[in-house]
Amino acid sequence: MIKLQLQKTLQAASGTMLLDLDLNIFKGQFVSLYGPSGAGKTSTLRMIAGLLTPDSGRLEVGEEVWFDASTKKNKSVQSRGVGYVFQDYALFPHMTVLENLNFAKAKNTSRKSIDHLIEVVELGELKHRKPETLSGGQKQRVALARALVQQPEILLLDEPLAALDASIRYKLQGYLKLVHEEFNLTTILISHDVSEIVKLSDYVYQLDSGKIIAKGTPEELFMGQSISGKFKFTGEILKIQFEETISVLSILVNTQLVKVVVSHEEAASLQPGDQVLVVSKAFNPLVYKLDS
Amino acid sequence: MNWEPLILTFELALVTTIILFVIAIPIAYKLSKSSSRLKPVIEALVSMPLVLPPTVLGFYFLIAFSPNNFFGSWLENWLGIKLIFSFAGLVLASVLYSLPFMVHPIQAGLSSIPKSITEAAFTIGKSKWQTLLKIQLPQIKPALLTGIVLSFAHTIGEFGVVLMIGGNIPGKTKVASIAIYDEVEALNYGAANQYSLILFAITFCVLLLVYLLNGNYLKRFYK
Repeated sequence: MIKLQLQKTLQAASGTMLLDLDLNIFKGQFVSLYGPSGAGKTSTLRMIAGLLTPDSGRLEVGEEVWFDASTKKNKSVQSRGVGYVFQDYALFPHMTVLENLNFAKAKNTSRKSIDHLIEVVELGELKHRKPETLSGGQKQRVALARALVQQPEILLLDEPLAALDASIRYKLQGYLKLVHEEFNLTTILISHDVSEIVKLSDYVYQLDSGKIIAKGTPEELFMGQSISGKFKFTGEILKIQFEETISVLSILVNTQLVKVVVSHEEAASLQPGDQVLVVSKAFNPLVYKLDS
Repeated sequence: MNWEPLILTFELALVTTIILFVIAIPIAYKLSKSSSRLKPVIEALVSMPLVLPPTVLGFYFLIAFSPNNFFGSWLENWLGIKLIFSFAGLVLASVLYSLPFMVHPIQAGLSSIPKSITEAAFTIGKSKWQTLLKIQLPQIKPALLTGIVLSFAHTIGEFGVVLMIGGNIPGKTKVASIAIYDEVEALNYGAANQYSLILFAITFCVLLLVYLLNGNYLKRFYK
């Protein structure tokens, strides 16, 4: 169990921000941190890993105190032994895939466990390649394997899949789930992707401006409304066309442009540039299976 | 032709470069990581030899280590080190004088490595020392090579500092650049030309090699 009660003043783009956290994570849980950029998610992971020193508070993992401001105890990053996957993969560019993994070996790591890892994340073919010749998804698998070489109990994932396209992300989510179970990890994931969080995690903390503003299971946090049979999208109005009896709104939802028909009265209160919520009944959708 | 000044020149350049390599790495490492208020001061001091006339450095060196004052006589009487008009003095002055040529490339190289890469090494249990040796330095080989060659070439090209504190003692402090000056003064243009031509050719070859290696031009041949 991770008992975390930490404070840290951060230099954010908008000035200083106090990161003030109080959370408990149970052994074996898959927890996600969710929230806008600059909310303090990465700093939270860095404090757990020991890469960032908190100003005050206490961090306890299992029976052991990793950080305690009152007794000046601060376990070094090297001896905390957490697995950490960085957003930019952070592979050692001058080493091959296998060398990257071997370098992560501790004295008691067996050859076998590296072979097993290579098998689990399917890197066998790429063993002798240098990172620069790998695709983003392949690099991320190497980074994941490297973080697991020392058989950590805690795995920290800092938006590991953010830079990858949807189909590869989907596949890698499978690997994350697999290693979490295979190696009995306690995993903390930073993600902006709601479907990813719902798919992977047991529990979610939502952060904003350095505070936890909501927590619960993914279902509690994200699905409260959608069970009623509605689709909801947020988007931005790009254009309003007034036709004879109706008005047509062109709305940008994520990267998709949709046209929505509304009455003149509704359109009168809107203008291009407005952020809007589009809600639609879901009783008669067309559903196509995609090849993944 | 007397080869002694040339041999002495390369001896000086070699010893200076080796010492610089060892001391520049920790300096560059500290500077690349530091955000201390003292950092600009240290950076300015390291870079001073780039713009300072060599005679200024030589002059203060002469005063500081002269056996006529306290520090110089203490060094000579207690440690038996004579830094004025000696090879050891030349080495020390050359190290100071070529310091920026070794520190700058290494510092730039270390700063160019993404922070996450060194942090990744820390999270897999590697100490700062192991990370420097196995992760950071191997990644900046071109920068290390540039530092080594520039320091070496710059030491060969030294004149002012050497003349001020080394003087012109054959076999001890008379390096090639000073020998050339000497021969020209004695109107021995032939001898001066021989020294000059050799220095010209060697420095050109050394620099050419660096650009070939760093520009990956040589890869075409051994691929």
